[in-house]
Amino acid sequence: MSEAKPQALRAEALESILIERGLLKPEAVDEVIALFNERVGPMNGARVVVKAWRDPDFKARLLADGTEAIKPFNFTGGQVDKLVVVENTPQVHNIVVCTLCSCYPWALLGLPPRWYKDPAYRSRVVREPRAVLGEFGVELPARTEVRVWDSSAEIRYLVLPQAPQGAVGLSEQALLDRVSRDAMIGVGL
Amino acid sequence: MDGIHDLGGKHGFGQIVREANEPAFHERWEAVVFALSGALGAAGVMRNVDQFRHAVERIDPVAYLDHGYYGRWLGGIETLLVEAGLIRQREIDDRVRRSGHSLGRVAAQPSTAPDQIGYAPEGLAAQRPLSAAPKFAVGDAVVTQDASSAGHTRLPAYARGKPGEVIAWHDGWVFPDANAHGHGEQPAHLYTICFPGQALWGTGAEPGTAVCLDLFEPYLDRAAQS
Repeated sequence: MSEAKPQALRAEALESILIERGLLKPEAVDEVIALFNERVGPMNGARVVVKAWRDPDFKARLLADGTEAIKPFNFTGGQVDKLVVVENTPQVHNIVVCTLCSCYPWALLGLPPRWYKDPAYRSRVVREPRAVLGEFGVELPARTEVRVWDSSAEIRYLVLPQAPQGAVGLSEQALLDRVSRDAMIGVGL
Repeated sequence: MDGIHDLGGKHGFGQIVREANEPAFHERWEAVVFALSGALGAAGVMRNVDQFRHAVERIDPVAYLDHGYYGRWLGGIETLLVEAGLIRQREIDDRVRRSGHSLGRVAAQPSTAPDQIGYAPEGLAAQRPLSAAPKFAVGDAVVTQDASSAGHTRLPAYARGKPGEVIAWHDGWVFPDANAHGHGEQPAHLYTICFPGQALWGTGAEPGTAVCLDLFEPYLDRAAQS
C-alpha cells in the first residue's frame, strides 16, 4: 500500500475539525459525490449537442445566446453564469481551456478530467494547439483554423462538434452515444 | 500576480496524461475538499470566487504543481480559514500527526495581514449590466496592458502587451482584480479578444491558430493607428 498523500491526510483532518465546529454537515461529502456521480456530467452537454444537430432552429438560438437556449434543460451543477457555444465547421475548429485555473462548464460537462486541470494541457494548448490535438488523435487539414478559447472570466464555453455523416437518419440515442466529452472540449471530433 | 498558476505558454510540462473512464472523484478526500469549499461559502469565509481563486494562487508553488487540483483547492481553503481566524494551522498539523503520519508539504501560506472583504456579492452571478457605454466596439483593434502586479488578475502573462481584435462585447461584470481584494465589485465592461497565434508566440507560432480570451476593459487600450 502506498503512503497516504499529505493533502489527503490534511483534507480529512480539516473535515473532522470543521464537523466538530458545526461548519461542515457530516453528510455534505456524500451529497457532493452523489451529485457529480449521478446528475451532473457530460450526458447533459450531449443532450444540448444532439438537440442542435437535430433541430436547426434550436441550433441557431444556441449559437446566438447559449445561456437562454439551455434554460429549459434546468441543468444543475454550477459554473455557467453565461454560456457561449462555439461551432466546429470545416473552416474553424474550437478548443476550450482555462490557463489560469481550471474553469469548466460543470453544469454541462461535470467536473473536468485531470488532464484538463494539469499543467501540461494548460501550458501547451494555447501555444501549440495543433500538436496537442495530434496527441489526442485529431489531425486537421492545414486550411482549418484552430481557435483556442481561454476561459479567463465567468463565461463558459462549449464546443458544438460537427454532426456525423448521415445524422438525419440516426436515432436520438445513437447520436447521444456519438457525442464525447472530449469533443465538447474540442480535443475530439 | 506572476505566480505558478499562470501556466499559459510555459514550456517543459511534456505529454498530456489521459485516463480512460475517469471517475468524478478518484479518492474520497477530493470530494471532502469540494464539500469544504461549499462550507466556506456558507460560513462567510469565502466572500466571492475571485477571493478564492487568489487564495489558490497564493499557495506554495511547489505544492501547486505537486498536489493536484483538489490539493490546490485545499491550500486555498486552509488559507482563507486561517486568515479569517477560524482555525490555526497548528490544529490541523496536530490532528494529522495524531493519526500517526508525518505532515509532508503544506500548501497553505496564509498572510498575516490578509485583505478584508466587508461586503457580500450584489447578485448570485457576476454579471452587472452597466449604464456607461463600452469604450470599444466589435471589430476594434486593441492592445493589452503590459504590466504585472502582485495582486489578482485575469489577464494571463502570455497575453500582456499583445495586439488583438474585439470579437464580442458582454456588458458589465464584476472586476476580479478589485473584488478579490475587497475593493468592491467595480463592474467593468467585458470583451472577447482574439489574438492571432503569431501575435502571441512570434514566428514560431503554429500557422492558422488564434487564441481568444475574455478580458476586462481596464486591461485594454486602443491600438495605435497604423
